[in-house]
Amino acid sequence: MSKLYSGAEIVFKCLEDQDVEFIFGYPGGAVLPIYDELKNHSSIKHILVRHEQGAGHAAEGYARSSGKPGIVLVTSGPGATNVVTALTDAYMDSVPLICISGQVPTHLIGTDAFQECDTTGITRPCTKHNWLVKDIKDLTKILHEAFEVATTGRPGPVLVDIPKDIQFAKTNYSKPKKIKKVNGKSHNRFTQSEINELINLISKAKKPMIYTGGGVINSGPKASEALREFVRLVGFPITSTLQGLGAFPGDDNQFIGMLGMHGTYEANNAMHDCDLLINIGARFDDRITGKIDEFSPKSKKVHIDIDPSSINKIIKVDLAIVGDVNEVLKSTIKKINQKQNGIKVSNKQKISKWWEQIQKWREKDSLGFINSDKTIKPQHAVKRLYELTKSQDTFITTEVGQHQMWAAQHYKFNKPNRWMTSGGLGTMGYGLPAAVGVQIAHPDKLVIDIAGEASVLMTMQEMSTAVQYNLPIKIFVLNNQYMGMVRQWQELLHEKNYSESYSEALPDFVKLAEAYGCKGIKASKPQELDEKIKEMIDHKGPVIFDCQVDPKENCFPMIPSGKPHNQMILGPNDKEENKITGKGKALV
Amino acid sequence: MANPKSAYSIPTKKGKPDTHIIVVWVDNEAGVLARVVGLFSGRGYNIESLAVAEIDAAKNISRITIVTTGTPQVIDQIKLQLKKLVPVHKVADFKREDKKVIFKEMALLKVVGKKKKIEKCLKACKTYNPVILDKSSKSVVIQITALRREIDKMSKKLKSLGLISTSRTGAIAMTRGAEVFK
Repeated sequence: MSKLYSGAEIVFKCLEDQDVEFIFGYPGGAVLPIYDELKNHSSIKHILVRHEQGAGHAAEGYARSSGKPGIVLVTSGPGATNVVTALTDAYMDSVPLICISGQVPTHLIGTDAFQECDTTGITRPCTKHNWLVKDIKDLTKILHEAFEVATTGRPGPVLVDIPKDIQFAKTNYSKPKKIKKVNGKSHNRFTQSEINELINLISKAKKPMIYTGGGVINSGPKASEALREFVRLVGFPITSTLQGLGAFPGDDNQFIGMLGMHGTYEANNAMHDCDLLINIGARFDDRITGKIDEFSPKSKKVHIDIDPSSINKIIKVDLAIVGDVNEVLKSTIKKINQKQNGIKVSNKQKISKWWEQIQKWREKDSLGFINSDKTIKPQHAVKRLYELTKSQDTFITTEVGQHQMWAAQHYKFNKPNRWMTSGGLGTMGYGLPAAVGVQIAHPDKLVIDIAGEASVLMTMQEMSTAVQYNLPIKIFVLNNQYMGMVRQWQELLHEKNYSESYSEALPDFVKLAEAYGCKGIKASKPQELDEKIKEMIDHKGPVIFDCQVDPKENCFPMIPSGKPHNQMILGPNDKEENKITGKGKALV
Repeated sequence: MANPKSAYSIPTKKGKPDTHIIVVWVDNEAGVLARVVGLFSGRGYNIESLAVAEIDAAKNISRITIVTTGTPQVIDQIKLQLKKLVPVHKVADFKREDKKVIFKEMALLKVVGKKKKIEKCLKACKTYNPVILDKSSKSVVIQITALRREIDKMSKKLKSLGLISTSRTGAIAMTRGAEVFK
């Protein structure tokens, strides 16, 4: 008879077979057998966080920057409920996570035992799938299936709940052969005739537009390469969602900036006026579309997505191509190249007028702002940060709010997987723990969390994790003393009634950094900004940078939701339009 | 407008809602019904009736039949979202008017009263395959199988004849002819 392994041993066997290197976790009563087993598995390193939400976001940062799934290990009850925010965040932004949670022993389930909660019940709506392991014989199969579900199709989080007695129970372990596709869910269903139809539309378009999203990133670095080849081949303008930034170089002339609520004037107007819209791996989110009835009214719409349920969910499309972005793009490129005198040359002439129009929109310089030599403008701070870090391969995470939008607008990404932000759920407190995870995956790279002072305080305790593992993350806090985006909306929509959006008692971030055992830097004048940013970059360990910026600055341009793309509010350079009145006010 | 300072866009015009019968084949495992029902409640779809039971013990397959109403877009989403659930094998969707499909519901009706009234009841039920499951000197339990609206009509009609308790199943469906849904 072969050797018997305990449930805890099997957990590690499975993780080893899945080439897991890091676990982000926090111990507790119901996972102690698994923690006890940790010492016997030197290829797997455990990163001890300070709060389970931090473990979840760190695993997200790890996953999004490395392309590998993130592993989370938490205990029952509060351990599991604390990780719910991170699971929901990963679900909304399609990040592959495998969360293993301890559970009270099987005979106590349902008795309101100490630290018991209905973990699978609570996490059912925020995971792709979850399992409660009731029989040790199922454990191996479930764990491997968990990896399969999390990483295939549209990626997402899964959870495996393991009662403590199952962790002790013993059974055989055999490495599974190739797991069969879960219930035969196929992901590449597109046909050649759909590709032909796409090419037909491309060749006819006079005002085409490519709109890309996080699906391109999730499809892997090859998809970004294919996207670049495709976009250059057809010569079309390209815009990207928040999550798609980096798939196409941000400083390329064909890239016309991010679209949506805080996207550029040229990208949003082009979306509105185009006659062909090719959506590649994006999901027509409400921050993107504005008013649905008036969304891109004149265009034929194509949607390429791996998730069939994303198609026709919000916007009806004329051509749906269900498949992996990389596969679809490769087929399309191949087909275009086959056509001898196809669209390569003729198309670029046909759309030259369109490019002229886009150039006119560009001249509005919608990301412009009035700089100051007295206070640091937050946009200026992000721009300087970009200029001073663009020579090296830099990874940026963010929290949620104004600073997030300024980072997306002013930091130019040239590679995929360099930009980690909470888009779907909009989780304040995401960026710091995410930076921890990114730095774990890329120990020698520069990792910066562009943060707001309100957001970063939500998960500030993870600085302690960064210090423990010598992770030289840089927390670049754009400190305006307000919940900036809340303050902006209150200014524009609620008669400047700044209800509870000002933080009266903020910590001294420099002293806070020192308390955690890392470096604190403070900048309050534009003249000292560059020098201090350099000091931050050159410092070998973690840094909290308190960048004191103009507290009154607003994030423009802006589409109030309920408005179509061609009715943006521009910044102070365009004063007369800078007013939301009447109906528009109601719709933001 | 319900909430004039909403952070979201206002609802736009919707298509006409239709009643559909959705049949879902699932692995018969713990929590699978909660997943299906949770998907409906979580995404704001409604359930008019629900019937579920294991249909293949060897393969461990259950069949869930859900009656729901929604615009064509919503019905499409329901099907696509259901297909994404890991324990779901296949999803069929029938319109209520579909002539190629048989829909049936069962009801148990308890009638209390004099013999004459009970006989009247049985007569009224005649077209719906009445079966007498229990009989006493002053009561009867009748089983009928019919369409939802027919049972609705019957329970209304029998009220005056001494109907005191009704128990109903959700609708179940089966296609006519030799074909099965793949």
